[in-house]
Amino acid sequence: MRYDRQIKLDEVGVSGQEKLRNASVLIVGVGGLGCPAAQYLVGAGIGRVGLIDHDRVSLSNLHRQLLFTEEDPGKSKAAVAKLRLQQINSEVEIDVFEEPLSIDNAENLFQLYDIILDGTDNFETKYLINDACILTEKPWVYASIYKNEGQLSVFNYQEGPSYRCLFPKTTRQNISCEATGVLGVTPGILGTMQAAEVLKMILGAGNVLSGKLKLINILSGQDQLLAISKRVEEIEKIKNEGIIPVRIECKISDETKFYLDIREIFEQPRINSGKVLQIPLSEIEDRLEEIPKQEDVLVFCQSGKRSKKVVDLLKTQFEFNNLINVEGGVETIIDE
Amino acid sequence: MKVTVKYFGMIAESAGRTEEVLEVASGTSAKDLKDLQVRKYEISDAESVQLAVNQNLDSKVELNEGDEVAFLPPFAGG
Repeated sequence: MRYDRQIKLDEVGVSGQEKLRNASVLIVGVGGLGCPAAQYLVGAGIGRVGLIDHDRVSLSNLHRQLLFTEEDPGKSKAAVAKLRLQQINSEVEIDVFEEPLSIDNAENLFQLYDIILDGTDNFETKYLINDACILTEKPWVYASIYKNEGQLSVFNYQEGPSYRCLFPKTTRQNISCEATGVLGVTPGILGTMQAAEVLKMILGAGNVLSGKLKLINILSGQDQLLAISKRVEEIEKIKNEGIIPVRIECKISDETKFYLDIREIFEQPRINSGKVLQIPLSEIEDRLEEIPKQEDVLVFCQSGKRSKKVVDLLKTQFEFNNLINVEGGVETIIDE
Repeated sequence: MKVTVKYFGMIAESAGRTEEVLEVASGTSAKDLKDLQVRKYEISDAESVQLAVNQNLDSKVELNEGDEVAFLPPFAGG
């Protein structure tokens, strides 16, 4: 039978398999982390899996998001993932939400599931998941990646610490895998470990990574396990005040100049003042007519590397002689 | 006294290394060490950086000979 190899384990058995069948998990973000997590959870026979993602598949996702194929760029991630996951295990009920997780839907959605799995790539959504989990009393499995490093923990599990206990203050330096680069295996490993934490919680097996932060370095092979102290005041604040939105937005320091922001829309901090035209790199050649040619335009990205390529490309191929690269990236043009 | 310092994420890039052994004055607290290194390596957004002393994420402690201090930035890629 299909679950024979895991039922053989003492930690699972027939009763454990029944627990998995009665469990439900919401996966927030069906990307580098969410894909492998979903594959293993569906394979293991979790009764109901929810997928929430507003994004579409792009070609540069395929090296790490192995639920998707060359036929999928442009299609809804959540919808495609559901099709593939049903081919893996048709016994699992799969719910699809093709919308962003927001302060308006988070609590209602979380009520429908036992455990939340964080497959997101930005601080705003991680704090949102954290706060909504505190309010709905759900545990969540966190993972984050920077280049070849990963962080993994379980928050809000059996009165354990929350994400705000680990990082009470956030940073504006939200650097995505799209911007820094990442090996496909890194989110593959982290997402799979997140699925393992979900299984452990449902089965009541082993030591759940609550109150601990696991640090993984794919290159050095050296892992660390750090103890996280609970900050009761951080948790009480959310219980009393509700979700506290984390907005990573900044003002531009010189509002007289004209800027072109070529970062993708999910890259932070977002700029909310001054004259800033936002055209993501992926759309730039289709939207050239929006870029003025008569005045100086300062082009920026996260670090100054991609914007340099854009300035060079537009100058040599499209006769833009008014573009200036912001060498140090977004951090050098915003108000501190 | 000597302490071992480990750097993670973008802090390792600011520092140009993942680990070093430092000589610090006795009586130095974890927070003192953080302030020193933040200035030395121009670590940005220092308020968000968490310290773990001997694998414990609690930096309100005085350091002792042989302690291991980890500098941990938040990151959010996925």
